Amino acid sequence: MEDSTSPKQEKENQEKLGEARRSWEGKTAASPQYSEPESSEPLEAKQGPETGRQSRSSRPWSPQSRARTPLGGPAGPETSSPAPLSRREPSSTPSPPAPARQDLAAPPQSHRTTSAIPEAGTPYPDPLEQSSDKRESVPLHTSQSERNTFQQSQQPKPHPCGPRDVSYNNAKQKELRFDVFQEADSNSDCDLQLPAPGGSEGAPSMLETAIQNAKAYLLKTSSKSGFNLYDHLSNMLTKILNERPENAVDIFENISQDVKMAHFSKKFDALHNENEMLPTYEIAEKQKALFLQGHLEGVDQELEDEIAENALPNVMESAFYFEQAGVGLGTDETYRIFLALKQLTDTHPIQRCRFWGKILGLEMNYIVAEVEFREGEDEEEVEEEDVAEERDNGESEADEDEEDELPKSFYKAPQAIPKEESRTGANKYVYFVCNEPGRPWVKLPPVIPAQIVIARKIKKFFTGRLDAPVISYPPFPGNESNYLRAQIARISAGTHVSPLGFYQFGEEEGEEEEEVEGGQNSFEENPDFEGIQVIDLVESLSNWVHHVQHILSQGRCNWFNSIQKNEEEEEEGEEEDEEKEEPDYIEQEVGPPLLTPISEDLEIQNIPPWTTRLSSNLIPQYAIAVLQSNLWPGACAFSNGKKFENFYIGWGHKYSPDNYTPPVPPPVYQEYPSGPEITEMDDPSVEEEQAFRAAQEAVLLAAENEESEEDEDEEDDYD
Amino acid sequence: MDADSLLLSLELASGSGQGLSPDRRASLLTSLMLVKRDYRYDRVLFWGRILGLVADYYIAQGLSEDQLAPRKTLYSLNCTEWSLLPPATEEMVAQSSVVKGRFMGDPSYEYEHTELQKVNEGDKVFEEEIVIDKAVAIIPRGALFKTPFGPTHVNRTFEGLSLSEAKKLSSYFHFREPVELKNKTLLEKADLDPSLDFMDSLEHDIPKGSWSIQMERGNALVVLRSLLWPGLTFYHAPRTKHYGYIYVGTGEKNMDLPFML
Repeated sequence: MEDSTSPKQEKENQEKLGEARRSWEGKTAASPQYSEPESSEPLEAKQGPETGRQSRSSRPWSPQSRARTPLGGPAGPETSSPAPLSRREPSSTPSPPAPARQDLAAPPQSHRTTSAIPEAGTPYPDPLEQSSDKRESVPLHTSQSERNTFQQSQQPKPHPCGPRDVSYNNAKQKELRFDVFQEADSNSDCDLQLPAPGGSEGAPSMLETAIQNAKAYLLKTSSKSGFNLYDHLSNMLTKILNERPENAVDIFENISQDVKMAHFSKKFDALHNENEMLPTYEIAEKQKALFLQGHLEGVDQELEDEIAENALPNVMESAFYFEQAGVGLGTDETYRIFLALKQLTDTHPIQRCRFWGKILGLEMNYIVAEVEFREGEDEEEVEEEDVAEERDNGESEADEDEEDELPKSFYKAPQAIPKEESRTGANKYVYFVCNEPGRPWVKLPPVIPAQIVIARKIKKFFTGRLDAPVISYPPFPGNESNYLRAQIARISAGTHVSPLGFYQFGEEEGEEEEEVEGGQNSFEENPDFEGIQVIDLVESLSNWVHHVQHILSQGRCNWFNSIQKNEEEEEEGEEEDEEKEEPDYIEQEVGPPLLTPISEDLEIQNIPPWTTRLSSNLIPQYAIAVLQSNLWPGACAFSNGKKFENFYIGWGHKYSPDNYTPPVPPPVYQEYPSGPEITEMDDPSVEEEQAFRAAQEAVLLAAENEESEEDEDEEDDYD
Repeated sequence: MDADSLLLSLELASGSGQGLSPDRRASLLTSLMLVKRDYRYDRVLFWGRILGLVADYYIAQGLSEDQLAPRKTLYSLNCTEWSLLPPATEEMVAQSSVVKGRFMGDPSYEYEHTELQKVNEGDKVFEEEIVIDKAVAIIPRGALFKTPFGPTHVNRTFEGLSLSEAKKLSSYFHFREPVELKNKTLLEKADLDPSLDFMDSLEHDIPKGSWSIQMERGNALVVLRSLLWPGLTFYHAPRTKHYGYIYVGTGEKNMDLPFML
């Protein structure tokens, strides 16, 4: 019977399948053809009652939803879905074509045709949850092609039931997935009911059953994620065919993951991305403002003024040279810093400005600019003279009224060394920092000698926030901005060098060696500087000199004698007499004078303090001399003979081959001066006591004897 | 950093200040290409530059198909001629860890140690590089994936970390065989994806806080810097495929880290 009907079916099939017919349907329909009718019939009989609820041939497309979905899947409410197919009970007949079916599962599922084709083809309304548009174009294509191939391989079974389903081209969700089965059912049904068109197609064979079972399994929704394999595979294949990656089979699993993730991403689109990108846009806006600042003011007049007195250094030129040395930030970053510096010079009355460098921090970095204000325009902030170094000696006055005087503290804090005046010594330049170009510049406070002294003893990372406390031992007097300023001062003093002869001393007085103030402070550019050969600069360190004053161990550049001040204060003092323990004379600290060649720098345990190099060995005639400090890693200087520049980029710490050891706290101060009253003595031993008693008794006896003698004398007298 | 994207990588990593001069860059591009051909590596990474007192060492690594296999290390003094560093033995590792101080820059230089052991600088360079690499080479999560057969591959569908992920230390892994993974509790392991999470994450590094994670260029670039080995910079542009790390430094460990935090 099947044989006879098959040719007919073929013809009809080909007609109908000319359009949007899915071949799998043909396959499933065709399966009955291959399987034995006997076995299929009982199956069919079983399905009979199942499909009883289905639309009959009379109205095969009356909407009925399959509430009963034995294979799970929450197909619930009735909708105007096409004749819902009931799921068959999973039968145990494995069918070889079943895996083949699964391949085609994708195209049929994804195939969505909205055009109702009343005739031949059964455009299956695509009952997909996720409506991915891209699936529409491609699957159509693929399904057709696959259909074509399948038509050859198998004889698709046309059935009059086909047209029935056409009308159900709607996007009903999960329930429609069961169309597949339902169609098969209805196919078989109509075969049962309507023997006319294709004759009795035959009961669903074992093969078909197996296929349908397999498909049902594929359509089973995962309890965890609500997906089902059928959809997932179809999505994946769609994606692969769209994107056509190379060696897709090797990255198959990754594609699978991506498809799953993509399913979720759209929901969060509105919310998440906004928050994340906000800081990016903020910074971009600020930096855009940097670029625009020129335009806001600009007319020709301003331009001339700007060109005339330009306090701004040529940062890009220096950056170019530093790049030859392998040091520096990227070009566009440097340009932004350049613009930020320009903004700084425009807003403050600055005579000279220099890009000092970049200090890295934990959370944010610092970009440092070294600035010299114009004469008289120094912005003096009213600083609280934090001479908080003096410990409170008043504790000694607390309980003086009591009879027992509490021990008075003899500790006298060392005289606080006043900071140097602006424009001299360590405070010669003013420093501005910002975290990123585009952010506002913040001025760093001037540095106090005590801060430098303690900064030498601690080693802490910078966090990037200027108001962060510096928790250390010995306690740092100040917060991160002070620590930063102190480190900048140290680095400048240690690593700012220039070629010999570039600077010279200004006045002739400087040649007299006076030891009063410890060295000259002023220098100026030498107009007659002719430049030094690059080779010489590289070979000999004596061609470079420091042009920043060395910081003494006191913390200042110019020696401050604290003794004199002490005498003045003594008159006011309520101290006691014993404070005179201080030495009356403190050695004056002397540091190397200004403009000392760096060949005089101390070595660090056999490591030379500087490393010199030519920037390029391949083209030496245009190379520049590069100097890198080993003492402060990150400090770099270059010179091409005539020009030079210093730069620092690093964490802001000194290099030491040994590990850092924090200083020990000082010993605990003596509370009581030792004296006989409080000195402990051992208790006398028994012998000593007896001896003592014996001695005492002897004394008593002697005294009594004398008395008795006197009495006797007296008595004698009386006689 | 990958030799294929060297220029972009150097630009992105320039935030730490130390980079390469143009002539070195140019010679690197050509010579690494040749190295890849000659040694038949699957990928060549430019590892970084160790600053010596006299000269610098430029180090490159060659990777085979399996990303986690031991990498071959090459060094050069002028970025043009590369030589393989000899593999290290245990005792050499022990010896070099004792010798402290900066590198000289001369591979034949011999260090003298009080125990009368001379350590060749070439070996020492290698040891340091291995040590540093094991300690601080980083990979973002998802860049490599492991196949059931064992070898790890570059993930071609890696699209980059999202911004929120990029700011977390847990999204970055050590680029080496996992050490601590086995010590995780079952509960923790349940959340891991075995194909992606097969390396140690950075968040359990000791001492805590030895990584500084920052956004630069206005959130367009995330930069991780190691505080334990100062000079190691890792960069990643979120939502793109660009990531890499480079080491430019003296090759010494920062033993003062606990004091500095």
